[in-house]
Amino acid sequence: MSLPCKEFQALVIGSSAGGVYALSAVLSTLPADFSLPILIVQHMHPHSKSQLASILQKKAQLSIREAEEKERIQPGVVYLAPPNYHLLVELDRHLALSIDERVNYSRPAIDLLFESAVDAYRDKLIGLILTGANSDGAAGLRRIKQAGGYALVQDPQSAEADAMPLAACSATSVDKVLPLHEIGPHLLQLVNHYPRCLNARRSELKHSS
Amino acid sequence: MDDPHNENIELQLLLQAIHLKYGYDFRDYAKASIKRRVLHRLKSSQLPNISALQHSILNDVRCFEQLLLDLSINVTEMFRDPSFYQALRETVIPLLREFPFLKIWHAGCATGEEVYSMAILLKEEGLYSRAQLYATDMNEVVLKQAKDGIFPISRLKQYTENYQKSGGREAFSDYYSAHYEHAVMDKSLKENILFSDHNLATDGVFGEMHLIMCRNVLIYFNRELQNRALGLFADSLCEGGVLCLGSKESIRFSDYSRQFEDIAREEKIYLKKPACYS
Repeated sequence: MSLPCKEFQALVIGSSAGGVYALSAVLSTLPADFSLPILIVQHMHPHSKSQLASILQKKAQLSIREAEEKERIQPGVVYLAPPNYHLLVELDRHLALSIDERVNYSRPAIDLLFESAVDAYRDKLIGLILTGANSDGAAGLRRIKQAGGYALVQDPQSAEADAMPLAACSATSVDKVLPLHEIGPHLLQLVNHYPRCLNARRSELKHSS
Repeated sequence: MDDPHNENIELQLLLQAIHLKYGYDFRDYAKASIKRRVLHRLKSSQLPNISALQHSILNDVRCFEQLLLDLSINVTEMFRDPSFYQALRETVIPLLREFPFLKIWHAGCATGEEVYSMAILLKEEGLYSRAQLYATDMNEVVLKQAKDGIFPISRLKQYTENYQKSGGREAFSDYYSAHYEHAVMDKSLKENILFSDHNLATDGVFGEMHLIMCRNVLIYFNRELQNRALGLFADSLCEGGVLCLGSKESIRFSDYSRQFEDIAREEKIYLKKPACYS
């Protein structure tokens, strides 16, 4: 399948059981100058003192931090939902946190992040569902597709828990299903493709005129 | 039907309509959460769009009251964030002992779980008899629930666990009696609690407080409204009074940060400095 010639402006990721390993695998393959902000919901125990940022930072070149409320979203920064808070995106592309009821038994919930990110980024959003043992994120990924965004799912066979990738795949027509180690490289291709195809289009236009 | 741009316009108009008709001001609330709750209400009430909801709430007060309940933040727990309550015992209680009497304000108390937590803590520390607690919320329905002090028994397992983790030393079951599906909080806990109506978006300063608790309310406000609320707290606290916010909230971005110093940084507990230092 050919890559879409369009500019993406944010990447949202949802992961659950087995997610720390999977996130680390994906993030470690992205270079320090990766141009998109990355927003992540990883399910975790509500009272855990989050060490996720420092665990993921060990192997990653991008800067990884726990999301602060009202923080302006910066390209090339990885934001993690804090334990026991939902992470949302405001229309003006600032981060918001809430303690609203659990969604899909989860707080943070992947669906909430994805759905609010669709409002802010419309079709310029990439959604990625990784390993997990429930169906959170499926509805959110469907919204991303409905708005014209790009949907990526970890190959259920390569996932530690396959329920979440399977639920995502059956909720919407996914653009790409990939084994874990191919996800990072594919994201890079997807993001780097736009300037190249734009140039190609420009030179086509020149030749035709 | 769901052009996201139209939806956002309709949402702003709805909030404007609520303010004009009923005086409740949600215009400076963070929009992403509000929008989710409003869309949820559309679905439950089987309304086609936000404009239809606006029409309903303008013409039917019961419909508005339902929406008001949806819009108020009423997710809470007893001893929510045990490490916070531990810090409260260890760091704040010794400061409060210095005062001959105590005025404590729970701003945005919702269904009151944290107020009862405070009452329990004060009892155990021998401070309850000289304390007056004010529990306020903008929503009278949840305030009534807070006053009743009746909670689903299914939540009590979590509350007990929180209580123990926070350094509670008694049998938690002594503080309530179980009636079928409900736990009724011990009457003596609410002897010194005054429940009252107060809206952080529109109402004014509240007494000379020694301690103000407002946890996980400000995250729902935009920066302007956060600033307004923190101004109210700064003006309502006496010198040496203590302000407690939620673990992801901060006074850092407000006009009032210089009036406070950290006493438990991680737990977002702040001390109001004497006027001459601020």
